[in-house]
Amino acid sequence: MIIFSVLAVFGLAFLAPPLCRLTKEKSGWWLAILPLALTVYFLSLLPGLARGQIQSISYLWSQELGLTFAFRADGLSLAFALLISGIGALVAVYAGGYFGTKVPIGRFYLWLFFFMASMLGVVFADHLILLFIFWELTSLSSFMLIGFEHDREEARAAAIQALLVTGSGGLVMLAGFVLLGQVGQTWELSTLFLRGEGVRASPLYLAIVILILIGAFTKSAQFPFHFWLPNAMQAPTPVSTYLHAATMVKAGVYLLARLSPVLGGSPIWLWAVGGIGAVTMVLGGVLALSQTDMKRLLAYSTISALGSLVMAIGIGSETALKAMVLFLLAHGLYKGTLFLVTGSVDHECGTRDVRELGGLGRLMPYTALGSTLAALSMAGVPLFFGFLAKEYLYEASYKAGALWLILAVLGALLNVWIALRVGIAPFWLAGSKEAELPKKPHEAPWSMTVGPLILGGLSLGLGAYPQILSSVLVSPALSAMAGKAVEVKLKAWHGINDILLLSLLTLGLGVVAFAIRNDLQRIAEQWTVPWGLDTLYRRSIDGLFRLASFQTRLLQHGYLRYYLITIVVAVVGITAGGLIRWGGGALPHLSLDLRFYELGIAIIIVLAGGMAILSRSRLGAVAALGVAGYGVASIYLLFGAPDLAMTQFLIESLTVILFVLAFYHLPNFAQLTPRRERLRDVIIAIVTGCLMTIFVFVASGIQIHPSISQFFVENALPLAHGRNIVNVILVDFRGLDTLGEITVLAIAGLGVFALLKLRIDQRSARAGKTTQTGRKGGDQ
Amino acid sequence: MTSLILRTMVRLLLPLLLLFSVFLLLRGHNEPGGGFVGGLMAATGFALFSIAFGSSTARRILQIDPLVLIGVGLLLALSSGLMTLLLEQPFLTGVWYKLSLGALGKLELGTPLFFDIGVYLTVWGVTLTIIFALEEVG
Repeated sequence: MIIFSVLAVFGLAFLAPPLCRLTKEKSGWWLAILPLALTVYFLSLLPGLARGQIQSISYLWSQELGLTFAFRADGLSLAFALLISGIGALVAVYAGGYFGTKVPIGRFYLWLFFFMASMLGVVFADHLILLFIFWELTSLSSFMLIGFEHDREEARAAAIQALLVTGSGGLVMLAGFVLLGQVGQTWELSTLFLRGEGVRASPLYLAIVILILIGAFTKSAQFPFHFWLPNAMQAPTPVSTYLHAATMVKAGVYLLARLSPVLGGSPIWLWAVGGIGAVTMVLGGVLALSQTDMKRLLAYSTISALGSLVMAIGIGSETALKAMVLFLLAHGLYKGTLFLVTGSVDHECGTRDVRELGGLGRLMPYTALGSTLAALSMAGVPLFFGFLAKEYLYEASYKAGALWLILAVLGALLNVWIALRVGIAPFWLAGSKEAELPKKPHEAPWSMTVGPLILGGLSLGLGAYPQILSSVLVSPALSAMAGKAVEVKLKAWHGINDILLLSLLTLGLGVVAFAIRNDLQRIAEQWTVPWGLDTLYRRSIDGLFRLASFQTRLLQHGYLRYYLITIVVAVVGITAGGLIRWGGGALPHLSLDLRFYELGIAIIIVLAGGMAILSRSRLGAVAALGVAGYGVASIYLLFGAPDLAMTQFLIESLTVILFVLAFYHLPNFAQLTPRRERLRDVIIAIVTGCLMTIFVFVASGIQIHPSISQFFVENALPLAHGRNIVNVILVDFRGLDTLGEITVLAIAGLGVFALLKLRIDQRSARAGKTTQTGRKGGDQ
Repeated sequence: MTSLILRTMVRLLLPLLLLFSVFLLLRGHNEPGGGFVGGLMAATGFALFSIAFGSSTARRILQIDPLVLIGVGLLLALSSGLMTLLLEQPFLTGVWYKLSLGALGKLELGTPLFFDIGVYLTVWGVTLTIIFALEEVG
């Protein structure tokens, strides 16, 4: 069933465009049915999971390569899968209202569901290579979705940046996977899981950790690769909600959580994963200080949240992992809501600038309600889901050391500030310039409020009654990471203790920070960081373009004669090099056992060649070339290759026809090249001719591999049912070569067609303008 | 070009050349011939025709756009290879059936024949595409 859930969403992706044409403005609701059904299905697996039943399935893909389509749904996979399908369904509904019918929405849904399927594949894959494939498919669909409004240059640049950063990170990760697979001697994650000891003892351990971390950190926007995520906010808001807050950026977190039983538990892991996570957590919050765009604010807070998750995995204690799972769910819920709300505000007010927005609570009551619930959860107000997650995060960092705790509080504090700024202020504080909003705000349509309301409601409900999650989801997810059955009891209220006081302190400080937001913003705007990978990225892209245009100018000059000279001289040079290295050796015995008619043909060919060179008319030269070709074909005939001869005769005839047709359009024959250039061409031609002669002569005397002609002769009839060996080789023994050749032929034909038609269209357009006759180029 | 001799001759030659091209294609497996030569032969016929009567007339006689021929040819060659996958044989394995035609003897049919027809159509289509395009320039 698991594999079918992934396949079904892929199917939905390809059906989405026609379905959208069919259902028009209601398409969001219809298309959400499948993700919704999958959510229900995943939920139905939870009770079984609590009893320890794990769904898994495996199909053989390639025996030789050790590849299987192995899927497995344990607690960790299902926690992610529920976010993917659940938020996916709401985003599908939301996007229907957000886009309306103005944009090619079928294409949007195609990539959205393509992404959803790939993401489900990532979390269900039980095979490293399979996981990698789905991983890269998510990068690909993210590229298509960020660049969805492809007529905007910023969107295209952001899409390329996200693809290059996450894609190249993925390739590095693949190298790590290969090493991991070799060290662990299996590709199956569930088997690898049992071999953690051996992997950690391996000399390649450090290399594996670094390579895989680069993959996970690029995907999950960890420092120093975080820069692509704010830029990715060029994507339409439903995409940002889904990919860049709730799901895709968590793929890195998933991978780390999944591999932590195998790779975790070492000091390197603690400091590399935990350390980078903590730095990212604080950095994301600090960078948000100077932002005023709601989406960018949220993007930085997402970076910060991803940092917290990564830090928790790095710390790796049971409490930390519990905090990770809870924070993962809580963040998915509240951040998803806030992004959707941002989209609605942008949609209804025409701006996302927090300085301009205010007083929307009365105008957009449902949106405001969802937003408020989510913001309170994000700020960590008691009884909300976010509070619970933060409690555990504090507890875990407290146990890990004072430094971790200080960083965790700092990160949380900055997130309180962002929550107030994005989730509360635009609705409940008076705006500075309410009258000047680009649009008169009013409540968003039903399809755009249902998502925030459900997710916001869950942020409160799951916070107040976390008991329903403990045994069915959190315990299995923890067991999957810890490698043993873990019993979890969750309570909404832990009584008054140090951690609670710390939480309240965080809230208080956050409110203070919010009160002085304008001063903070002014200070933050002073800090400019002149370095970082973002700059490096831009420099290398610029450099790449400069290199590309330099080599294009150098090589693609557009002169046919120089192309030919380059090709011929290169071939001659390489061949000459080979001949010199070969250095003589046994030349085959040259027998001059010529018949008179063979000699006659040879003389005709030479004479025709001379005539082709000396002829003063193009037609004469072509005819002479044709004669030379016919001569060669006759030689084939004499030496018993009728197939070859027949083809050659036809080719020669057709070539003459083609030449004549082409010459018809050329200006009169004239010699424009100076003597020196012609001398150069003569020398090149003579050297090439001599060298090819020597080459053919030498080649006929060398045999590196035993000849397989005998095999063809013997097997043409019994194996391939044909007596014409040449043809049997073409269509059967070497059928794949022929298929490649006719494909190349077809492409070449299309190329010629396109080039010629392009000229016709330009000419007829010009002719149409000047003469107004409107005749078609094709009729002449 | 409006040469009466050429026109009269081409009118007679075209059906012959086409027939001969099919003949070459079909005999190719056992005697000299094959899809490649056959395709060239068919293209030559139409090339002559279009020189004599112009490419628009040639296109009308052909009825099918040469670009379509290319596509169909490639598809045929590819699917002749894919058919064998259904029999759990590697891509492009030759699969043969023997048909008994009573008094006429027996006929061996195999996927390489479809492949060769694909080659024939592709070569025919490409050559004609280029010839027609060249004629229609300017």
